[in-house]
Amino acid sequence: MGLEAILQKDGFITTTIDALVAWSRKSSVWPMPMGISCCAIEMIAAADPKYDIARFGSEVMRFTPRQCDLMIVAGTVTYKMAQVVRRIYDQMPEPKWVIAMGACTSSGGMYRSYSVVQGIDQFLPVDVYTAGCPPRPENLLNALMAIQEKISKTKARQFQNRSLAELENAQI
Amino acid sequence: MRKSNFMDSKELILNKVKEKFGQAIEAISDFRNDLCFTINRNQIVELSRFLKEDSELEFIFCKDVTAIDWAARKNRFTTVYHIYSFKLNFNLRLKVNIDVDPPAVETVTSVWKSADWYERETFDMYGIKFLNHPDLRRMYMPEGFEHYPLRKDFPVIGIPGSLPLPNKAE
Amino acid sequence: MDRIKQIYNDEKLLKRLHEDKDITIEDVLENEMVINMGPQHPATHGVLRLVLRLDGETVTAIVPELGYLHRGYEKMAENMSYVEFIPHTDRLDYLATLCNNVGYVLAVEKLAGIEVPNRAQYLRMIISELSRIASHMVAIGTFAMDVGAVTMVMWTFREREKIQDIFDRVCGARFTTSYTRIGGVASDFDDEALRMTKKIVYDLESALVEMDKLMLGNKIFIDRLEGIGILPMKDAIELGITGPNLRASGVDYDVRRAKPYLFYDQMDFNVPIYSEGDCLARYFIRGDEVRESVKILKQLLDKIPQGEIRANDPKKVLPNKTEIYSKMEELIHDFMIINFGINPPVGDVFHSVENPKGELGFYIVSNGSGNPWKVKIHSPSFCSLQAIPLLCKGAMISDVVAIIGSLDPVMGEADK
Repeated sequence: MGLEAILQKDGFITTTIDALVAWSRKSSVWPMPMGISCCAIEMIAAADPKYDIARFGSEVMRFTPRQCDLMIVAGTVTYKMAQVVRRIYDQMPEPKWVIAMGACTSSGGMYRSYSVVQGIDQFLPVDVYTAGCPPRPENLLNALMAIQEKISKTKARQFQNRSLAELENAQI
Repeated sequence: MRKSNFMDSKELILNKVKEKFGQAIEAISDFRNDLCFTINRNQIVELSRFLKEDSELEFIFCKDVTAIDWAARKNRFTTVYHIYSFKLNFNLRLKVNIDVDPPAVETVTSVWKSADWYERETFDMYGIKFLNHPDLRRMYMPEGFEHYPLRKDFPVIGIPGSLPLPNKAE
Repeated sequence: MDRIKQIYNDEKLLKRLHEDKDITIEDVLENEMVINMGPQHPATHGVLRLVLRLDGETVTAIVPELGYLHRGYEKMAENMSYVEFIPHTDRLDYLATLCNNVGYVLAVEKLAGIEVPNRAQYLRMIISELSRIASHMVAIGTFAMDVGAVTMVMWTFREREKIQDIFDRVCGARFTTSYTRIGGVASDFDDEALRMTKKIVYDLESALVEMDKLMLGNKIFIDRLEGIGILPMKDAIELGITGPNLRASGVDYDVRRAKPYLFYDQMDFNVPIYSEGDCLARYFIRGDEVRESVKILKQLLDKIPQGEIRANDPKKVLPNKTEIYSKMEELIHDFMIINFGINPPVGDVFHSVENPKGELGFYIVSNGSGNPWKVKIHSPSFCSLQAIPLLCKGAMISDVVAIIGSLDPVMGEADK
């Protein structure tokens, strides 16, 4: 019985460490605001004094992907922009989550045209979809709370050999 | 006061343009108080220069250059120019019916510099070549896109596979 | 120092160095870098891509690339009726959404020849001016944030929230409202909304004084903007720029004065003009325009008449929702207008309004059917971006950020 095998089981120490790590991850989610169009204004409005996003630990909206956990895709994604969004997603370090904010990112929205991607889940794994055009800031905060719940169910060692299937099975 | 100024300006423009370009003008229209000249394809740069440099007219501001695709007519495309004169406070429209195929017309960037990007956009959307344009590239669609979106035979939902998408992420 | 100069000018030494194939000698200052200021950037006000050629820190050439938000508006407009396109006009300049609605609906009414009742015109003017204030608040706030004064964005967004509360109450949405309809507006302002508007108007004056004290006392802000990005009057006209950017270069052109629409010719307001044409002038002019909008709002709130909010033209104007469910005629008219459109006469019109960013124009070509044959949107941000290669030549990288912020482009309308 090596140390590895002991650590794989859900004993008392590992679940406490899991809970601690999950708590610290969810209380300081640093978003990466991929603000492309109108939803970006509601995202900035979620950071203004009325709908304070800082109380969720997310005040630090860094525009560099290397320091962020959560990518909020806000705005219509066109085919030309999809390459850019994907490149930035790849630059974010693990663990990372994605919120698809608004109707345009969830399914193409009101734009059924030749240049709009009908939903970003065609090239990104999305964790939470938000409805609205644009969604109210309270709606975005609700999505953030759903991400926090999702994070609280994850295990600390889960991101070592990460696979998409495991993350998608993390239930809310 | 304002009404009479408007009518006077309209009379002045009509007289001056008819006097100089009488035979090149194919049509004059005045729908909802918007004056519009339809001019022959070869004379557009001359007319533009005349309108800009004449001391009484001074149409120095080019607001827009665009095109219309009449899908079923013999001359399929028409380019439309919107220009404005600060002196007379008058909006004027010029139209050019394009009767060559592939569609091409002389550029007006030598007269108004702002037509540069408008003509690039018209080229991107309709495929009309502007001869002697300083930098005719696509404006909105990515380089290498083969179709012209605003033509009437291009479907609104696009042609699947014409624009590349990144692979699904892991 | 002399010894170093001696080495650099020593012919025999240089000849020997050049003959040695294993080393390369180049003058580091002769290399120009080509750098990409990509579509995702905190300071480019949306998805604008700039390719810069730099000589050290000075920009020698700059090429903007658009199209990252091209959603195909003009193509979609050909496939939907005139009424269905109104929510799309919201998303053009997504900071001053109600001004776009007003502009589009005025163009369609000019084409179809519909007369709108007075109360609807006054309501359209009120929301236009509120939208103008909201847009300038964002412009000033984000411009100050780009240059480094981060507090402004929080203060201006606080003012904007108050305006958005009014929109919430009257139109049902915070900013993408689609409030106007062909022939009038969608719903009426009740007494509470008028009272809220009055309160905003009086609160805004003291808020503006506070913001002025904050910015003008900041020497770094002034130094960073004064004399940067000067746009001469002749170049501004040549490049087709309109709006506050043109007026900051000394040209007196405001569509509300030149071709008055709604009831602007009966309102008493000034058009601020500055002649310097630098970034600081473009900043001040937006603050002045907010003050003028406040003046206009005060006059509007006094003069607004009672009456209908939608014209009574059954073939072209949607009837009242309550009547549709109870009367037969209204039901038939609603069915015909929604399914077959308003069928204006054959022809084309161009109509423009004064947006906070410049002059927004709609060129609509109709072939007599319910869908337009062509809609062309003349967006002011597209023209402002044409000035970037001229303004940024010879500036430093940090000035590029200040210049773009002062031109205030919105990519939703520049890319259509």
